Parts: sequence; C-alpha cells; structure tokens
Amino acid sequence: MIEGILIGLTTALTLQNILMVMVGCFFGTIIGMLPGLGPMTAIALMIPITYGFDPATGLILMAGVYYGAVFGGSTSSILLNAPGVPGTVATSFDGYPMAQQGKAGKALAIAAWSSFAGGTLSAIYLLFMAPSLSKVSLSFRSPDYFALMILGLTAIAAFSSKGQFLKAMMMVVLGLMLASVGQDSLSDITRFTFNNMNLTDGISFVLVVMATFAMSEALTIILKRNDPTSAAKQVSLTELGSIKINKEERTKMYKTIPRSSIIGFLIGVLPGAGATIASFLAYGMERNVVNDEEKEKFGKGSINGLSAPETANNAACSGSFVPMLTLGIPGSGTTAVMLGALLGFGVQPGPRLYMTNPEIFWSIIMSMYIGMVILLILNLPLIPYIARILAVPKNYLIPLILFFSVTGIYVMSFNNFDIYLMIGIAVVATFLRLYDFPMPPLILAFVLGGLMEENLRRSLLLSNGSWEFLWDRALTACILLTTILIVIWHVYKTMFKKTNN
Amino acid sequence: MNINTTKIISLLFFIFSAFYLYTAYQIQVFAFDENAPFNARTFPIYLGYAGLFFSGLKVVLPEPNTIKVDHKNLEYKKTVILIVIAIIYGATILKVGYFLTTSLFLFSSYYFLGERRWVLMFLLSFPFVAAFMYLLHGILDIYLRDPFLQSIGVMG
Repeated sequence: MIEGILIGLTTALTLQNILMVMVGCFFGTIIGMLPGLGPMTAIALMIPITYGFDPATGLILMAGVYYGAVFGGSTSSILLNAPGVPGTVATSFDGYPMAQQGKAGKALAIAAWSSFAGGTLSAIYLLFMAPSLSKVSLSFRSPDYFALMILGLTAIAAFSSKGQFLKAMMMVVLGLMLASVGQDSLSDITRFTFNNMNLTDGISFVLVVMATFAMSEALTIILKRNDPTSAAKQVSLTELGSIKINKEERTKMYKTIPRSSIIGFLIGVLPGAGATIASFLAYGMERNVVNDEEKEKFGKGSINGLSAPETANNAACSGSFVPMLTLGIPGSGTTAVMLGALLGFGVQPGPRLYMTNPEIFWSIIMSMYIGMVILLILNLPLIPYIARILAVPKNYLIPLILFFSVTGIYVMSFNNFDIYLMIGIAVVATFLRLYDFPMPPLILAFVLGGLMEENLRRSLLLSNGSWEFLWDRALTACILLTTILIVIWHVYKTMFKKTNN
Repeated sequence: MNINTTKIISLLFFIFSAFYLYTAYQIQVFAFDENAPFNARTFPIYLGYAGLFFSGLKVVLPEPNTIKVDHKNLEYKKTVILIVIAIIYGATILKVGYFLTTSLFLFSSYYFLGERRWVLMFLLSFPFVAAFMYLLHGILDIYLRDPFLQSIGVMG
C-alpha cells in the first residue's frame, strides 16, 4: 500500500495535475453555484476535454470538478434555497434559515470548513480502508439495498417534516410516482407517458429539482412579497454577517464532524446510496444526538444541522469512489458519468484496478486531499464575494433564478415540453409549500425511485415472489428494524409531545 | 372560509393515487411476464396503494395544527403574470430562438416585478444573455438553435 501511496503522490503532485485540480475546483464551484447546472452537467461538459489527457490527469480534473460543484451547490442551497444537486438539499434546511437571519457569511464558512473536514477525514478513511471496504460493498445484496432505501426515505420523512410525517410520506410517494414515468428499465415498456414521446425517457432529475426548489422558491418569494413575516426575512437577507466562527460554534462542529464524516463515508461506499442519503441520514442522526435545546434549533439555523450534511456529503463523495474504482459500480449519478469516462479511456474498473493501474487508483485518492485543500484556499477568501448574490435586489434575482432554471432545462433537452412540465411542477410545488408539504422527501424519492424498483425486482425474482427476503438475511432485517424503530420513535415523540401540550 | 385546505389537498392526492393505480393496472406487459413475480406494473401498483393509504390517513385523521394561509397578503397577480411570461417563453423559444426570447423574458420579468431602471434592465437582459450565450455556444460548445440570429446573419 505504501508503494501505491507513493505512486499516487508522485502522479498527483505533478504541476499539471495540481493545476488540473485547481481548475476543476474553480470551474466546479462556479458551475455548482448556478441552479440547474450541477456536478453531473459540469463533469459531462469536461469529458471531451479530459480525453486530451492521460487517464489519471483526466480523472483528477473530473474529481476536482466534482468537489467544487458539490461545494458550489451548497452555496446556492444556503444563499438561494436552490440546491442544484440532491446531495446539498439537506444543507438548505439550516443553511438558508441562517442566511435569512443575516448570517450568510457564517453559514458559508461553516459549510466550507465542514466540507473540508469531511473530505479530509474521508480521504484518510479511503486511504486506509479502500481495500477492505470493497469487501463490505460486495456483501450488500439487492434486499439490503431495498431496505436501505426504505430506511433513507423513512428517515427523511420523519426528520424533515416538522411533525408532519404523513404529509412527508405523501411527498415520498409522489416522488416515486414521478420517477416511475417513462420506460421500464428492464422490459422497455412505457409507463404513464400517455403516448407522449417527450415522456418516454422519463422526467429529468434536474427538471424536478429545479421546479420544486429554484422555480418554486422564486414563485413563493413573489407570492409572499406582501406577507409581513416573509418581508422581515427578506430585509435581513441583505446582511452578510461575519464569516468568523466563534469558540462555541467550533466546539459544536468538532463533535458533529467526526460522526457525520463516518456516516457519510460509509453510506457513500454503498453503490447507489451516495451523498444524498448520507447527508439526510447525517442530518437526522445529528438531530437525534443533540440535546433538546439544540434540537429545537434544527430547521431554524442550527450549526450542527448545517455542519452535519455538509460534512457527510463531502465524505460520501470520497466514499462513492470506492465502488466505482473497486467494483465498477458507480456510487452516485456523478460517478456514473465518471465511470463512462473511465471506460472511454480504455480503463476497466474492478477489483483488479489498483493492481493493474495503481497510478490511477492512488492518484485519485491523493488528489482528493489536495482538492480539499485547494477548495478551502479558493473558497474561504471568496465567501464575501460569493455571498454578494444576496445583495442583488429581488426584482433582478427572481427573474435570474428563473432564467438559470429554464436555461438549465432547455440546454439539456432543447424542447419546450420540458419547460411547460417544469412550470407545471413548480406551480404545484409552490401551492404545496404554502401548506407545509415538504419538498426534500419528494426529491430523495425521485432520485431513488429507479434504484428502488430495480432492487425490489431482483429481490422478488430471487425469492420467487415471496416477501421473505425482507427478513431472510440478518443485514436486511437489521436495516428494516432500524426503519421500524424510527417510525415508532417518531410516532411516540409526536404523541408524547401532544400529551404534554 | 372554514374548509381545511390540507384535507382538500390530501383528498386530491387520494383521487390522483386512485387514477395512478387505475393507470398502473392498465400497463401492458408481455404475455410471458403476466404472471411473473415482478413485471413493469408491480412497483407502480404498490405505489398507487401507498398513495391511497397515506393520503387516506391524512383525510381521516384529525388535524391538530391547521395551517392558515392569509390569502389577502399573497401577490397572486404578479405570480400569475410571471408564470404566463414563462409559458410564452416556452412557446416561442424554438421558433424565435434563444437570444431574443430569453432577453425579452428577462426584460419583461423585471418590468412586471416593478423595476423601472431601464438601463440596468437592458444590461441585465440583452447583453447578459449574449454573454451567457457566448459562454454556452462559443466556449462550452453547446449548440443553441437561434433562427432570429441566423436570419440577421449573426449566427451561421
């Protein structure tokens, strides 16, 4: 392994590769900040450029873009409540309220430090645990994945719904229903398309996230313009606030970061789980472990609530490279794009990658840490400038949010049907948000819908249609038991609270 | 008005789930797949029932914390105008092209939101879109069809 690390360091620390990480991080941050243009778009745009380099350099550049875009996505989550990627949705739960309270600078600084710490810790985990972690990934089977997804969806419904569990579950089901539109992945049979060709490939993730977050946020701001409570929030939005983190806040982060980085990394390692589940689970877990006083602050600008998902999503980014590099199974949509690029280079990912191409395997791992350092150096000094987005008057900001959302969709599909669909979903989402129907569960369900069906299909086919697969394996049963405990605990808490009231 | 809107939304979701479930049962599967443990309609059917279950519970169970929205304070007019502008944008973008429609979309949105600083409005629409279009089309090589710019000879 030492030899591998040295090979990785030698490759990653060449002038060209350091430059690639810097360019990637900077480009990724800018792209990730724009609602609608997430890491997937950024990496996809990079693929033709990377073919001009050797595979290690190409992948280092893409890894830099990935990290930059995830951080950029957090920025738009905090400042605009418009996450460009699902992995940063949980960041907006507490990041956006902090920005509304005039602490945008502090929220961005906490996000930057948490991302750095999460990324750094996970790079260390990856360095020492990559070989054995591939074995853990291999032990997961379809029933376990299915159970894990149920756990993720239940957790988000329980923890993000502010006591409105049923509303959140309705949103989960709606997200899964939206994901079921289009061709069935195995049989190619079209479902819920109503003979409309534009729906054959399903509804794009970017479309749904832009409609339910960016566009619906813009419409909500206009709708509530004269609302005295939201008007007060908007005035405070113009205040940037200090980027300094005081001792008390640092103490909170010291506790949150290690546990969230472990959750993030472990979830990231599981193929298909990725940064989204990691950030939601870390957020949910953090809310459970803090004291009651701190728990009350969740959703209203909690330091722990912001630090946990930020640490976890960056840790998961590193973790998601493990199944991609060692198994050839992408851990997220973004690593799926990178896998395509890897195959384009003629490199076959799999358990033998770090024996046949050690310079690729280890240089990516080493460049992750270098990327984290560069990201911090780049982003911390830039925070005051990045946060100036807040100073843009609403009369300009709202049309610009709409512009980036619509353009993001248009450049992906070049048809106007997607624009109409996006407007339709945004109008419904705006109405639902008025009545406190949470959108994050819908997004997570939409992302997981396809994978969930796929794993349920495999599980049911393997067990000849019997649902016994849910308790046949100890691992599956444990995950499901955790899910049941979350529901029982949530119901108990709600009932206990009502009785007390 | 004493109607609980959350319950109405839940009821609408219940009806939607029933329609979804009906459509799920209508999905045509291959004959050999008809009695398979899992086919293209299995998952949607489960989803339909889940939708009926959760929305049904929401309709039936008592609502302790009713959410009240003060409709008098909501800016429906400007919101609807912006939605209409976005629909018009969608309807014209393919025929007219990206540059002109996007610029007009931005300019009219600023105007209807109450902005009257004409120079700033102009700068943040036409030149802004031109610069963004250059970034996409010229630098990132993303092709943007634009009949308007082609007709005046700016684009090849």
